[in-house]
Amino acid sequence: MSQVEKPTVVPLEHPRESLLREERLPHIWCSGCGIGTALNCFIGALERSGLPLDKVAIVSGIGCTGRAAGYIKLDSFHTTHGRAIPFATGLRLANPELKVVIFSGDGDLIAIGGNHFIHAARRNIDMTVICVNNFNYGMTGGQAGPTTPAMAKTATSPYGNSEHPFNLPYLAAASGAVYVARWTTLHVRRLERALTEALLKEGFSFVEVISPCPTYFDRMNRLGEGLDMMKFYRESSEIAHGLDPRKADIDLGGKIIVGKFIDIEKPTYLDFQQEIQARMEGEPS
Amino acid sequence: MGRKKSPVSEGILKGEFFMSGDIACAEGALSAGCRFFAGYPITPATEIAERMAERMPQLGGVYIQMEDEIASMNAVLGASWGGLRAMTATSGPGFSLMMENLGLGIMTETPCVLVNVQRGGPSTGLPTLVGQGDMMQARWGTHGVYEIIALSPSSPQEFFDLTVRAFNLAEKYRIPVLVMADEVVGHMTERVVIPEEVPYFPRRKPNFPPGDYSSFQPGEDLIPPMANAGEGYHIHVTGLTHDERGYPVTDEITQERLVRRLVEKIRGYKKDIIILEEKGVEGAEVVVCSYGISARVGLWAVELARREGIKAGMLRLLTVWPFPQERIREVASKVKAFVVPEINYGQIALEVERSTGGRAEVIPISHMGGGLYEPEDILKAIRKAAR
Amino acid sequence: MNYWRKPLDIERIKLPRGKVYLIEERCKGCNFCIEFCPVGVLAASERFNAKGYHLPYPQNEEACTNCGLCEVICPEFAIYSLPRDGKEEEPRE
Ligand SMILES: Cc1ncc(C[n+]2csc(CCOP(=O)(O)OP(=O)(O)O)c2C)c(N)n1
Ligand code: SF4
Ligand code: SF4
Ligand code: SF4
Ligand SMILES: [Mg+2]
Repeated sequence: MSQVEKPTVVPLEHPRESLLREERLPHIWCSGCGIGTALNCFIGALERSGLPLDKVAIVSGIGCTGRAAGYIKLDSFHTTHGRAIPFATGLRLANPELKVVIFSGDGDLIAIGGNHFIHAARRNIDMTVICVNNFNYGMTGGQAGPTTPAMAKTATSPYGNSEHPFNLPYLAAASGAVYVARWTTLHVRRLERALTEALLKEGFSFVEVISPCPTYFDRMNRLGEGLDMMKFYRESSEIAHGLDPRKADIDLGGKIIVGKFIDIEKPTYLDFQQEIQARMEGEPS
Repeated sequence: MGRKKSPVSEGILKGEFFMSGDIACAEGALSAGCRFFAGYPITPATEIAERMAERMPQLGGVYIQMEDEIASMNAVLGASWGGLRAMTATSGPGFSLMMENLGLGIMTETPCVLVNVQRGGPSTGLPTLVGQGDMMQARWGTHGVYEIIALSPSSPQEFFDLTVRAFNLAEKYRIPVLVMADEVVGHMTERVVIPEEVPYFPRRKPNFPPGDYSSFQPGEDLIPPMANAGEGYHIHVTGLTHDERGYPVTDEITQERLVRRLVEKIRGYKKDIIILEEKGVEGAEVVVCSYGISARVGLWAVELARREGIKAGMLRLLTVWPFPQERIREVASKVKAFVVPEINYGQIALEVERSTGGRAEVIPISHMGGGLYEPEDILKAIRKAAR
Repeated sequence: MNYWRKPLDIERIKLPRGKVYLIEERCKGCNFCIEFCPVGVLAASERFNAKGYHLPYPQNEEACTNCGLCEVICPEFAIYSLPRDGKEEEPRE
């Protein structure tokens, strides 16, 4: 064995370790899957945010991405498929000291949980929703979902998908989200920054993370391995801050528009509640 | 409300009132310390939600109308982990939507209360009219192997009392508790006495610091203490089969350990959980066994039978699940028959039949919903059984 | 900029030097770190871990700027960098 190939291994402690349930690593995600990178950036954002971490709760639904809650060493809830947002709504309103973050997949949040997503955004409930979009249902074997591009092949669209996908930033913005951004797992620095901003934003903040699923979506569409997808993001993503999210559609193999699209102020659900309380106290009964 | 100046502004009601069952349920929840309600309007449970919308802000609690009953059930689970006593109320169609996440509550041992003011079904069925067709759904509606607690009130007073009890059982056994009322009990107005103080079973808190805590490590009583979110314990809670740290371990051995405990923690405490009301059961030849509004008609029939000289008794189930099979079996060896009136095609009758082990005849009296029996319908069956 | 005397720590200020560490059993050989290290520190090695994944190694460790990119882009929490001052004792190896 050559000199340079000697192990550099010094299992000190990975700097992210304090926020990881490290006894559960290695995690279940495939080689080249982007979920781990998204989680890595999220943990970085948690640290940067300066939030009191004992008051942060992570809620996931079901799916490969949904397993994220199980790796974060904070109060963490792995709920049922699609239901992370309403669960988190209860948690947030019951204890207003908590910052709740939903970390889940595109199928979980937007198909089975789509109704909860738009209503939480409409209410402007104070929460951060992170959606890892890998364009399919990874956990169940790569079926088509609400973000699968038209004509893409999946386990349940073997001849091509005959449905239009949701454009998630547009959906979030139209539903009332006050912060909307999209990055890919290649844009680790920008993603970490966006997640930090989202965590510190009051109201319903949404970050979409475009991610490889080399095992299913990328393989079935002959897009290569995780690394090939990352290279594809390098070539095909276009930063367009402030763009009207209507223009952020994603086609199979087409360019991926990334950036921060929405960052506005609007009273949150709790702001209204407080106003009501104040009025009630002011009124003679 | 019966009082001119209600003490609403002072918070919790105390004293004597005339109120409907639904309102009594809401007030029972508030007296029990419930400070979170999530729901979705549905007849005949809407009055509970409306009452909560009015009362929660007065008490500094949370009322939220969710986008559907799936969301309501989940919000209630989340709120419980957030540290509040939480409940939702619904009827048939909404109850069906809550089933998956009732299972999440059972698996994650989340204390909360789910009220079902039953109407006629299946499907949209009879929105404004009575039914008792969800009793087996209460028992088996979510998938998998489990035990559940379900209570059934026969009057507004009992709707108040059993809602209080539901909250306490939920905390004591760390399980969602069902209150299975019906449209008639929900809508009838009667005298309700609200006591100065109601029983209160506080949350079982871990008595050790965060580092040592395994979220699902049960004590000798099979019930683990519960740290809420935000208390520094860094709990992990999952609907997957999990070990004592709360981490998913999806194998046969962990399943056996966890699910057996979830079942045994209820079965082992049936004596504490079950309440029955018996009238003239000792020495009876025929016993009417029923619950909810049907039990009231049943009791009337028992009185008519006794006037005729028939040795009839009444066994009323205030706790329907877990089922009091031991007591039914005991009674079965001394009576000729059980008459079981209910507003369905024989659900609890099946349980009674199973519990008798063939020692006594079981006569179901069925009604498809939308109305009540005449006491004579039940009386006829009592007469026939006594012959 | 001209200094009449070279400050002792000028190298570190201008170009922080780093050293990369790998937690071998976590690596799944995705090569993200190799591809995206801005200065080409890492390369694929012949070695593989117990799960059979080829491990990266620092073929050009001197160039490492401790930028931490490999650390954030790694999906496995398997690689990280720490500052290395040539004069300091190296972390235990
Ligand atoms: C009610 C219900 N329906 C279906 C499933 C099966 N299921 C588990 S994960 C999943 C899809 C997950 O897709 P996504 O949210 O995109 O996550 P990914 O695995 O792609 O990260 C499905 C359909 C389930 N667990 N529960
Ligand atoms: S199946 Fe796809 S999404 Fe799931 S872990 Fe593997 S690569 Fe990731
Ligand atoms: S810290 Fe930066 S320079 Fe050093 S190996 Fe990692 S990516 Fe390359
Ligand atoms: S990025 Fe991580 S998992 Fe991938 S090759 Fe590098 S060290 Fe291994
Ligand atoms: Mg997906």
